[in-house]
Amino acid sequence: MVEEQDKILEEVTGSEYKYGFVTNIETETIPKGLNEDVIRMIWEKKGEPDWMLEFRLKAYRHWQTMEMPQWAHLQIPEIDYQDIIYYAAPRQKASPASLDEIDPEIKATFDKLGIPLDEQKVLSGVAVDAVMDSTSVKTTFRETLAEQGIIFCSMSEAIREHPDLVRKYLASVVPVTDNYFAALNSAVFSDGSFCYIPKGVRCPMELSTYFRINASNTGQFERTLIVADDDSYVSYLEGCTAPMRDENQLHAAVVEIVALENAEVKYSTVQNWYPGDKDGKGGIYNFVTKRGICQGKNSKISWTQVETGSAITWKYPSCILLGDNSYGEFYSVAVTNNRQQADTGTKMIHIGKNTRSRIVSKGISAGFSNNSYRGLVKVLKGAENARNFSQCDSLLLGDKCGAHTFPYLEVDNPTAIVEHEATTSKIGEDQIFYCNQRGLSTEDAVGLIINGYAKEVLNKLPMEFAVEAQKLLQISLEGSVG
Amino acid sequence: MSDKTTAIPIRDELVNLYLNNLDLITEGSAEVLNQHRQEAIQHFKLLGLPTQKNEKYKYSRIEPIFAHNYEKYFAPKRIAFNVDDIFRCDIPELDTHLVLVLNGFFLSKAEKITTLPSGAIVGSLAEAAKQFPELVKARYNRLAENQTDGLVALNTAFAQDGVFIYIPRNVVESKPIQIINLLMSDENQLVQYRNLIVVEEGAQANVLVCDHTLSPKRFLSNVVTEIFVGNNAKLEFVKMQNEHNDSALLTHTYAHQQRDSRLTTNLLSLHGGFIRNNLSVTLAGEGADAQLYGLYLTDRTQHTDNFTFIDHAVPNCTSNELYKGILDDQATGAFNGKIMVRRNAQKTQAYQSNNNLLLTADARMSTKPQLEIYADDVKCSHGATVGQLDADALFYMRARGIAEREAKLLLMFGFVHEVVKHISIHTLRERIDDMVNKRLRGELSRCHNCPMHCC
Repeated sequence: MVEEQDKILEEVTGSEYKYGFVTNIETETIPKGLNEDVIRMIWEKKGEPDWMLEFRLKAYRHWQTMEMPQWAHLQIPEIDYQDIIYYAAPRQKASPASLDEIDPEIKATFDKLGIPLDEQKVLSGVAVDAVMDSTSVKTTFRETLAEQGIIFCSMSEAIREHPDLVRKYLASVVPVTDNYFAALNSAVFSDGSFCYIPKGVRCPMELSTYFRINASNTGQFERTLIVADDDSYVSYLEGCTAPMRDENQLHAAVVEIVALENAEVKYSTVQNWYPGDKDGKGGIYNFVTKRGICQGKNSKISWTQVETGSAITWKYPSCILLGDNSYGEFYSVAVTNNRQQADTGTKMIHIGKNTRSRIVSKGISAGFSNNSYRGLVKVLKGAENARNFSQCDSLLLGDKCGAHTFPYLEVDNPTAIVEHEATTSKIGEDQIFYCNQRGLSTEDAVGLIINGYAKEVLNKLPMEFAVEAQKLLQISLEGSVG
Repeated sequence: MSDKTTAIPIRDELVNLYLNNLDLITEGSAEVLNQHRQEAIQHFKLLGLPTQKNEKYKYSRIEPIFAHNYEKYFAPKRIAFNVDDIFRCDIPELDTHLVLVLNGFFLSKAEKITTLPSGAIVGSLAEAAKQFPELVKARYNRLAENQTDGLVALNTAFAQDGVFIYIPRNVVESKPIQIINLLMSDENQLVQYRNLIVVEEGAQANVLVCDHTLSPKRFLSNVVTEIFVGNNAKLEFVKMQNEHNDSALLTHTYAHQQRDSRLTTNLLSLHGGFIRNNLSVTLAGEGADAQLYGLYLTDRTQHTDNFTFIDHAVPNCTSNELYKGILDDQATGAFNGKIMVRRNAQKTQAYQSNNNLLLTADARMSTKPQLEIYADDVKCSHGATVGQLDADALFYMRARGIAEREAKLLLMFGFVHEVVKHISIHTLRERIDDMVNKRLRGELSRCHNCPMHCC
């Protein structure tokens, strides 16, 4: 039995990363290193207005005064910030007018990843902003969306074409001085997606950004800003993959969401960066700041994430519940295997009256990995009748891995009800036995149990993503009996 | 930033205090205590007082309480009147071996150390270090975290006396041993003492510790207690903290459990200006079981911070933790519970729960239950809640003719009784229930049993 288990585990750890290929395209890069000249170079390349240079330099100067935070339950090798290329773009026309102008290689890459850039080929109603390395390659369905007044384009375009909107909301949720990686991102971010949903509009299709790292020695620093005006609704998806390389690549993104009165934003991520090989060589460092603010009354922000990739994940999608009756949600499945490390969770800051939040986090660790949940629920003095429920479960598959829970509950209002519960366990022998008895192989039984375990979160994903996420879970963990 | 600038002079002041009084400190002390001082003060010099940047002290500000002027004594100061006249433990039915500690020094009328009929040794730590140096040497300062906690290092450097309890092999001491820490002085005082409790293989004991202030002065106590529970041994450790609003109490309790041992701790913070309790339990032998209970009732501007750490170092151990608190007025509270399950500690079962009631808009509670788990075949869970009394339950009682205030009190009493009920000494349990009741009714708003009516 033990041998069999080992074999199954072996298979799991040996399973290939499907998206590890490299696309051979001409890439325009700038020299390695980071200084004010590099930032000016990026600014020039992007053809941005003057205020952006100020913005970037302010962030850079502040970043220099900061130290890399050490509080996370992670072992991070020293990162040499001078050894990274901060700008890499596939060589092509600045903004291709039609599909024909896009490099066929790039098109093939995204086809291979299952993200067709050709609108006719898209079966489901999903508009995609495809980002490769530092720039946006193509945004689909722009015209369809524009008819309803929805702006969905790359960040660079938004800065050029909608400067007032961008200026108003950029860094309003995550200030440039917020934290080490947010400051770094603010200084060097090269692209990302911008999305504005006007008053009273319900976005007719899923909006999506697909991030692909292709060039080597580069870091990816993208910035996403979503603004949902009064009474609007949008569902947003994010996916990411990277080639298999022995080097570690840094991905430090910032995502900001602003939800105004009665607006609802649903943000889903399936994170599948290259996790490194089974000895922990290579892989992406995923240090991301994601935060949304429920600015208006009755607004709602919902984060759903399925985290399977990255060598090191460090991310806490958060909600600031400022408007009265606003609602924040966080659903997460984080899977770590081999030498992966994850320190992820959320922050729910209750400021307005009758604000509610719900946290459901499911951690699965296997191999030699470490998986931590870290969350903060803070109820400020004025947050009358705030309500929070948090549930964090961890599943351990193997005796060399670790699962940790670090919740912080800070309550400053007597009418608040804050609850947290967490469990850690492995799959019960009795559960497996039950399934075996009914004719399911051990492998299938584990798959079934894990899927059931994660279902509460997977159900929150939009359909297309849920299927992909389920497959991902199966690939990374199918049959691994601890 | 202000934290940093004030912390440095206090640190230097304390280091200088140590250096200037080195002779006085070491003079009356035995070598087994003195040999650790030099290293400890070096650690303190490096660490200083913990700041809020220290994750373990995130919710408690330690420097401000050190910033007052305190007198420090390095030999027991004579008190002109008989303590018995002022203080009498008012649990008449409770039959205990009574041990008094006054301002950090063992207080005795006759011998400083006695051997009870059962063979248990109870007495002054300073005296034990002289009479039984080998017993003390083997265990003293073995658990204290001088390298990581500045307050513990400070205690190790300064501590001269305290209580020593030794229960030899297979001795069952049926009568509870009661330690009463009294603080009485006509000036503000800083006291630092040290307790050592050893329960050898197969032995059993009940230890009850009560902290009291008897004069309306500012007191700061920094106490380290080390507890060893041997194979198959059993210890119940009840601590009752009942001090006035100007007092600050910093306790650090370390317990080490061996195979199949049982430890129950019950920490009742009924009253006190500033309380910080560190409790760290290491389950070092298979089959060991630890039950940790805590209760804190705070009002006015009181602050209570409980920090617990349970280390499951070996397989097949169980632990259970329940801390409950009620916060009234502008009181602030914090709970930090960490369960560590080491790599090979399979078949561990660890449960932890922290529940809090906030009664007013100004009360504030921060709680941080944590699990750090490196073994897979374990059952661990933790839960924390912060909220108010159940409206349905209140309505139910009011519908049956119970006045609102009475109904609330009943609910609160029921809420805290879940902790109190785990005290095994019957008379003590009843007495504490009674005190809790009084405390909740606001009749115990000054510290219990104090004739001074200071606050």
